[in-house]
Amino acid sequence: MRPLTLACSLPLLLGPVVFAARAAGPKEPLDDPRDPALEQRFLATYAELAEARYRAIHGAARELAACLEALVDQPSEQRLGAARSAWCRARELYGTSEALRFYGGPIDDPRDGVEALLNAWPVDESYIDGHPAAPGTGLVGDPRLLPHIDPRALELLNQRGGETHVATGWHAIEFLLWGVDSDPDGPGQRAHTDFVVGAAPSAERRGQLLRVLGALLVEHLAQLERAWSPAGGAYRERFVADVDGRSLRHALAGLVVLSGFELAGERLVVALETRDQEQEHSCFSDTTLADLIADQRGILEIWHGQLCPQLHGPMPVAGCGLGELVQALDPALAQALEQQLEATLAAVEAIPAPFDQAILGSDEDPGRRAVLAAVVAFEQQTRLLSALAGRCGYRIQLAPGG
Amino acid sequence: MSLRGPIWSGARPAPRRLRGLPWLLAGALGPWLLARGGAPAPSAPGPAAAAAQQGARAATADEAERRAEASLDLPLGGAITIEDHSQNAFGFPIPGLDDAARRAFQVGNSFFRGNWIAAPASAAGRDGLGPLFNARSCGACHGLDGRGLVPADGGTPDGQGLILRLGIPGPAGDLPEPRYGAQLQDQALPGIEPEARPRIRWIETRGRYGDGQEFVLRAPRFELEQPAYGRFDPGLRIGARLAPQLIGLGLLEAIPIGALEAAEDPHDRDGDGISGRVHWRLSADGAKHPGRFGWKATQATLEGQIAAAFVNDIGITSELAPAEALSAEQAAELRFASGGQPEVEAATFERVVLYSRLLAVPAQRGSAEALRPGALWFERFGCAACHTPVQHSGLSPHGPQLSQQAFRPYTDLLLHDLGAGLADAKQDGDAAPSEWRTPPLWGLGLVPVVNGRLALLHDGRARDFAEAILWHDGEARAAREAFRLAPAEARRALLDFLACL
Repeated sequence: MRPLTLACSLPLLLGPVVFAARAAGPKEPLDDPRDPALEQRFLATYAELAEARYRAIHGAARELAACLEALVDQPSEQRLGAARSAWCRARELYGTSEALRFYGGPIDDPRDGVEALLNAWPVDESYIDGHPAAPGTGLVGDPRLLPHIDPRALELLNQRGGETHVATGWHAIEFLLWGVDSDPDGPGQRAHTDFVVGAAPSAERRGQLLRVLGALLVEHLAQLERAWSPAGGAYRERFVADVDGRSLRHALAGLVVLSGFELAGERLVVALETRDQEQEHSCFSDTTLADLIADQRGILEIWHGQLCPQLHGPMPVAGCGLGELVQALDPALAQALEQQLEATLAAVEAIPAPFDQAILGSDEDPGRRAVLAAVVAFEQQTRLLSALAGRCGYRIQLAPGG
Repeated sequence: MSLRGPIWSGARPAPRRLRGLPWLLAGALGPWLLARGGAPAPSAPGPAAAAAQQGARAATADEAERRAEASLDLPLGGAITIEDHSQNAFGFPIPGLDDAARRAFQVGNSFFRGNWIAAPASAAGRDGLGPLFNARSCGACHGLDGRGLVPADGGTPDGQGLILRLGIPGPAGDLPEPRYGAQLQDQALPGIEPEARPRIRWIETRGRYGDGQEFVLRAPRFELEQPAYGRFDPGLRIGARLAPQLIGLGLLEAIPIGALEAAEDPHDRDGDGISGRVHWRLSADGAKHPGRFGWKATQATLEGQIAAAFVNDIGITSELAPAEALSAEQAAELRFASGGQPEVEAATFERVVLYSRLLAVPAQRGSAEALRPGALWFERFGCAACHTPVQHSGLSPHGPQLSQQAFRPYTDLLLHDLGAGLADAKQDGDAAPSEWRTPPLWGLGLVPVVNGRLALLHDGRARDFAEAILWHDGEARAAREAFRLAPAEARRALLDFLACL
């Protein structure tokens, strides 16, 4: 899940080259059919939803971090179970925020974005917890790699080597909680004793690492919540005021690229085509299907201008959704999109769990047919969203392969 | 072939048999050449001014105009040209793929960008990294399908796209360094020592344009610190190779062999000073194929290029390259887990190949009208003699979009002698140290957009187009001198043209 950096995050210092690129780039329509007041309400709602989501995810991550502390303090099966439940809850909420990626916003800002620290994949298991063929290695086992397990040192390690190692974030914590998933029928089976000092090699450092990873997760999510809050969020202010005239384009780009490139492509097609059980992103916990559903719910939240009640409980209507904006612009397109967004959710929910079983077998098996139907649904959703962007005067071709 | 004399002297090109000695000849043919640390940076006008005049003779103004005009309306990539100039401009599939091809492209993309990880791992389809490697993914070096970056003075390449090939002199081309193999891998799995820590030093030289304006060139020197597997052979030769952008490979692959052969002129029978030749490569069955890919055209096929990159750069074995890139000593000594036999499954490998083959070419920026002045200078200076503007593909088995297209890669895919300043002593296959395959120029103007900055030539030494041109020597000396001595407006027009490709 290497973040795809978009055109909008270009360094603005490239002189004539960029200038020329812009001149030939997407053009704004001369006869603008858009309604500025309605757009303004939409942007305000979008920002409010973003803040509310990150506040919820940040809260859930703090609960997770507390559970990790408790587990490390006094390891037990119950505490391990509680930590896993807290991870699943926070992770599911996080899924709804992925529609905020792919346009150089706070999550994947080229300067201080935390996407690669939060969500990078695949996890290099032996880099984190040693190599079976070489005991005493990895971040946990080899103090030379990481003398002091602290957040800054880990952040640096995560960035080393051009393409990142994956040593922080959701999937690193997931790996430490579930362990290697070698069981075709279920998730990883790490025992709580891996954290009991004296019972497992390097247990103390493993526990320290888990603690620090939890704290880092909380820190990164707090940064995102802050960026989107009216109090501390310069980004939110700029976004809502539409300073660069591209806020709506950003919002649409996030939806298009998440639907086409990321969900249809990276998450579904790759798993379907390779039939590899672990080509799924939450591969240790086998909760990939929940991720997919949460992603689509996050897209629907933006469409409805309202947080998903199934995930957040009853929430007040936040305001103007994308649906309302499109309704004013092109009622037929609005209707087609609304139907498609719901149909896509239904298609994803129809994939029999667990996801890593559904991709196995022949193309005629119900699982693979369901996954393919979800691919087709996301592709159709991408086409309609791209059409919407075109209707707004944007040519979003930001989804390689999508 | 090989170095030709200054064209004002009327000297005939050196015969082919002298190919092994160009760096000795260089000093005699151009006293400035080695006097300034090997940089072709002459400062005295005089006879060189005549060279500019005669450089123009290569193509008369009329002829140049006609050729330039005819080509500019042709989309850079023919039917696989796309209108995108964003940071992702190099990463799009060719237009018109069906669902199956588009999805295969997505899978290839995923494996191209995604990290490979140490074996064994839960994500078994992505394990097998190392034991020694330069980068964890293709995309680490070809960032956003673009070009590698070079480190600043004192820095280390560190997995961003500049690798060091190693060799020692052998009876027919270089042999691998006995202890370290054919490539320096500066990263390793946990518990295994990286081979060494390469440091780059930039040596600057100065020269002047014909109008007196000064320019600065730099060339790299590499120091290999902390060697972990014993002393390097005293005959060690190092060749740095920068990862290029990958656009349009499906078209380059589809240029008919006949067209490459027709452009050859190894003995310079036409007397234009340009003597390109095909780098013939032998496949496993003993058949001869023209090398098309790599700085030295050492790879005849995309499959071969990608298998070599997988195994040498990432430590991932494939059906085509089933053995890890380790010296015999390392193979006996190192303990590591394999990610399977081979580590990249055949289906995955095919999709990475398909992905590389189907990357589209971004359109030129600017109208044909705006580009015309620079394109004319490109012809008049003589750049087009090797950087062939227009090529035609034959029938490609990989889709109608790649078949029978006219397109503008600005390459002849042939080896040319570029002189001692660029030579790095590595003998790759039949290619002499001073011989390089003409690299395509399409997309170069977008490299700063995609990768943040420009690094040109095989080792990334040139920081802009002008530096790259000024390093040209050997067969390209006349063209370089024509550029160097041209009025500033003409040089500017040429550089603007390149920035629009």
